[in-house]
Amino acid sequence: MATYTAPLRDLRFVYEELFDAEEITALEAYRDATPDLVSAIYEEGAKLCQNELFPLNRSGDEEGCHFENGNVRTPEGFRSAYAAYVDGGWGGLNCAPEFGGQGMPHSVNIALEEMLCSANLSFSTYPGLTRGVYRALRVFGSEAIKQLYLPRLVSGKWSGTMCLTEPHCGTDLGLLRTRAEPTKQDNYRITGTKIFITAGEHDLTENIVHLVLARLPDSPKGIKGISLFLVPKFMPNEQGEPGVRNSVTCASIEHKMGIKASATCVMNLQEATGWLVGQPHRGMQAMFTMMNDARLGVGMQGLGIAEIAYQAAGAYAKERLQGRSITGTKQPDKPADPLIVHPDIRRILLTMRSFTEGARALTCWVARNLDFRDKAETEEARQAADDFVQVMTPIVKAFLTDYGFEVTNMGLQVHGGHGYIRETGVEQYVRDARITQIYEGANGIQALDLVGRKMPAHTGRYLRSFFHPVQRWIEEQSTNTELQPFVLSISKAFGRLQLATGHIAQAGLRNPDEGGAAASEYLRLFGLVALGYLWARMAQISIEKQGGDDNAFYAAKIVTARFFMERVLPQTGSLFAAIMSGSSTMMEFPDETF
Amino acid sequence: MKVLVPVKRVIDANIKVRVKSDQSGVELNNVKMAMNPFCEIAVEEAIRLKEAGAAEEIVLVTAGIRQSQETLRSGLAMGADRGILIETDEALEPLAVAKLLKAVVEREEPGLVLLGKQAIDGDNNQTGQMLAGLLNWSIGSFVSKLETGDGSISVVREVDGGLEKVRLKSPAIVTVDLRLNEPRYASLPNIMKAKKKPIDMFTPEDLGVGVAPRVTVLKVVEPPARDAGVKVSSAAELVEKLRQEAKVI
Repeated sequence: MATYTAPLRDLRFVYEELFDAEEITALEAYRDATPDLVSAIYEEGAKLCQNELFPLNRSGDEEGCHFENGNVRTPEGFRSAYAAYVDGGWGGLNCAPEFGGQGMPHSVNIALEEMLCSANLSFSTYPGLTRGVYRALRVFGSEAIKQLYLPRLVSGKWSGTMCLTEPHCGTDLGLLRTRAEPTKQDNYRITGTKIFITAGEHDLTENIVHLVLARLPDSPKGIKGISLFLVPKFMPNEQGEPGVRNSVTCASIEHKMGIKASATCVMNLQEATGWLVGQPHRGMQAMFTMMNDARLGVGMQGLGIAEIAYQAAGAYAKERLQGRSITGTKQPDKPADPLIVHPDIRRILLTMRSFTEGARALTCWVARNLDFRDKAETEEARQAADDFVQVMTPIVKAFLTDYGFEVTNMGLQVHGGHGYIRETGVEQYVRDARITQIYEGANGIQALDLVGRKMPAHTGRYLRSFFHPVQRWIEEQSTNTELQPFVLSISKAFGRLQLATGHIAQAGLRNPDEGGAAASEYLRLFGLVALGYLWARMAQISIEKQGGDDNAFYAAKIVTARFFMERVLPQTGSLFAAIMSGSSTMMEFPDETF
Repeated sequence: MKVLVPVKRVIDANIKVRVKSDQSGVELNNVKMAMNPFCEIAVEEAIRLKEAGAAEEIVLVTAGIRQSQETLRSGLAMGADRGILIETDEALEPLAVAKLLKAVVEREEPGLVLLGKQAIDGDNNQTGQMLAGLLNWSIGSFVSKLETGDGSISVVREVDGGLEKVRLKSPAIVTVDLRLNEPRYASLPNIMKAKKKPIDMFTPEDLGVGVAPRVTVLKVVEPPARDAGVKVSSAAELVEKLRQEAKVI
């Protein structure tokens, strides 16, 4: 039977060994986040994910959501699992104590996010959207809205959605048509249709809080005329309990390739009552606050689903007996050797593993910078952390979901035909992972964000928040003989990234299509270099610590680091060549010939 | 009523136990440890007694290495009030633990001591009984149901022949069995609060108890691998084999 075992040892490694946990606990707000407490939180969160959520993953996929008379019923078991999540207080892990949260750092919260996504990606979307709404209201909501809504969102009693997409406008929100008419009661009547609304309607919570993008009368055309509104499913009464039903209703749910237990809804608003969040016509700014967090969250999904795919493939490769080792029989007492004896299977498994462990390190690195961005003492430190988050957000979103999807596919390959049929459950990981490359901004859009916005911003200041620490580390380690194989590999790849950056910056100035043509490969090159740098640092720590109590763990880290350097990072060479070749082949090809 | 719950740190029940290569014991280095599952049931029952108003305070006690504090913290996160760690690096045998617990009972004066019926590492099933003997208290072992009354505690025991109802005079010792309850998950707020709950530290010397082992372990080995079964061609052959080879009929 399939099992999920939360990678607690590795989560602790990135939190307290790869990075300095004391830099987090030195922040006044996070002084409780000591490794012992964090470890206790991870362990209990793991129990919930392993014992309650993972067993519902397959059944939720088979059953899917039900649409009945405008209501959505989640699959069997989801309600009680969600109740366990709420009773455990998990929704508030990194929310502010003033609204009932536990005030723990983002760098701790991402571990819970990863475990949720590994155990049950569909389930994770319900609390995932709530976190985004929490953050948008926290920053842009009025005091009254915050006092009323935030405690209920933090506890998980109420959930949230982001209503952006309309039938004719997905990526290009400037085309948005939903209207908001002011009333005499200081609120608005909102009318329009929204599609692809995750968790738009369901039976897990007593109320659902929609954040809706709409246009005020006489608003400027395009993206600068959009405002953000809060539209609750039930209007809170004077006691703050769900009261009158608002006219925001679910018209249908989508039938999808994956995450079938997550309700994807068409939402109709017919003069629904809403309240303005933030300034009129400044809705995109508020929405981007939410979107940036959501993009990091989707990146976590890529990692989470890759981890469970790796665990399933590793277990299968050790138990499935098929063929004999090409260097001579390894298990003569058995009818065949296990798959794990075959070099190609080991190549696949190590490719998967070097991604998941590298990605885990990367997400922790970014999450620590969210912590510094929010809580560092000096404006300078907060700015520096924000610079780093800005540049890494599209990379976490797109690189981790593209690669995460590939990893689920590799996991299926290890299972052979038994992966393609439903019984082993691993084809679900491939289907579930696929959406992560699309929603919250398709990965091509992420690449454009990196090349078009993040790269030139403040004359390269965002980029420097990554380039400088990597450059410095390479210089510092240039005389470390034991580490040379790692330092040489990463310097070479880093050099390619620097050259490609310079090339795109210049060529893009002459012809924006050059930047557009190089963007996806550039983002992947960037992601590989980031993982390579982190693998080199993980190797450094593991070389120092090997031979002690936990030798097996560090020894595995060193070999995995070598594998990444020797077998994965060289891909930066082909990416570099592709980037430097320019846009001519694709742009010169006649449209009508496609 | 104060409830004392002794708990033990053992290898996590989901981990495959490996014998050390020198056969001196089982491998504990970097193995995931957790609270003994039977102890969790005891903690859960104590919390339910407190929630029902039958207990005022729940004190956890454990004996062992310093990391055993983590085990106390996980019980505190479930809802116990405070902890006691008797710190020692010595490998503790049931009698030594019972003597340490006796000293703690004399300090704390609980109305009820709730223990797991056994720990899944040694599977000894002795500590509760020995503690009752040392204290000369009444004991209900293998308990699957528990009710507190006025000056007494009624329990249902799981015995070989079925269920046995016993009324114990307080103060009493109760060792709990698997079916008593299903332990809760610790909630996140309670995990945070547990960090601030007090843990008192003692050593066996502080309590005047000698804990030197009395049993010498010669070696620890894996159980022998099971041989493959044989297929018999007829019922008669099976009976023959049961009679002649297995000698069970």
